[in-house]
Amino acid sequence: MISLRELTVRYGATVAVDGITLDLTPDKIYGLLGRNGSGKTSLLSVLASYRRASAGTVTVDGVDPFENPALMRGTAFIRDQLDVTTQDRVDRVLDFAGRLRPTWDAGYAEHLTDVFELDRRKRVSALSRGQRSSLGVVLGLAARAPLTILDEVYLGMDAAARTAFYRELLADYLAHPRTIILSTHLIEEVADLFEQVIVIDRGRLLVHEDTDTFKARGVAVTGPAAVVDAFVSGRTVLSERSLGGVRQATLYGGLDPRDVERAGAEGLSLAPVGVQDLFVHLTSGAADGTHRSEALR
Amino acid sequence: MFDDRSPIYQQIANGIKDDVLSGTLKEDEQVMSTNQYAAFYQINPATAAKGFAQLVDEGVLYKKRGIGMFVSPDARARLRGQRRERFFTDVVDPMLAEARMLGVDVDEIVAYLKEGPR
Repeated sequence: MISLRELTVRYGATVAVDGITLDLTPDKIYGLLGRNGSGKTSLLSVLASYRRASAGTVTVDGVDPFENPALMRGTAFIRDQLDVTTQDRVDRVLDFAGRLRPTWDAGYAEHLTDVFELDRRKRVSALSRGQRSSLGVVLGLAARAPLTILDEVYLGMDAAARTAFYRELLADYLAHPRTIILSTHLIEEVADLFEQVIVIDRGRLLVHEDTDTFKARGVAVTGPAAVVDAFVSGRTVLSERSLGGVRQATLYGGLDPRDVERAGAEGLSLAPVGVQDLFVHLTSGAADGTHRSEALR
Repeated sequence: MFDDRSPIYQQIANGIKDDVLSGTLKEDEQVMSTNQYAAFYQINPATAAKGFAQLVDEGVLYKKRGIGMFVSPDARARLRGQRRERFFTDVVDPMLAEARMLGVDVDEIVAYLKEGPR
């Protein structure tokens, strides 16, 4: 198990990660969601031991992973900059990755380069943005690392390549279960793959739970404005909008069966809220300048 | 693939129930594995497993250790009983409410049911 305790990352006076405590049980697919600048990459860099925490601890099965060769061989961290020599050709990059990693599957890497139509003789510097991202996916998945961290690896990939990425990710996870952490802004297209979601906002942990549980917390209530107002009073309202006399309020916190019955009796309609909408509602600033997330703390 | 109105695991469970009711899945027949479901629907296997767990709880499926999930011998009869109970509230009541709204009276409905469309 990976355990974070009061993990903090500071850059001078800026606090990027602000006291996050989190336990990740192995062999699940996690979705890490946060807005730009929310601290996702800083958090992942510490998890992958690319940097040290300013305060707090990370342990993997009770051991500090920093500068620990055995744990590092089992950790694959794929980020925007790829961490490869850009003058090298693709086949050399893959060959090098295979030498570093005991779990590397060269046959699978070859399969993936075919799937993504990557020219193995091309230099990394000559690849397009999307092709470079695809190379990142190949390096991340073929490593078969017990801890695989993919930080926004889809940049520049078109819809077909992203679909192939999700399909390969799931298929390989089913065949070789391992801990996979995926950070993404394209939440809706990949949310069904997450067993758990982790939402961070301004360096702090907002949500960590099963995707189904998280989804069930959001509900959109629609009906006559006065009836909706009465129904939502005293509940956490993430957003509201009106069309003529009809109002829709997005609630956070889920409804119990009595609430559902009451809504039905009063002629209100209830609808689920997608993971992406829920995320946007939770992390976007309100008109009065306060953050929705404050209501949840 | 999914209608987004109810959790995916519930939709998986309901789909299997429908297959049992219609006879597509026979008693003591093995159902697809959670991994097969996950790959087919492109969902996390834990989600599929949750749907299966619900069906085991409800007695629709039973587990053979190390082999997989099978349809319980009495699943079809049990599901029919449950669905029949709900048939009037879930199917007939909404139809009557709609008929009332449109001014279609009960005699007209009865005639339609007995004789088919005119």
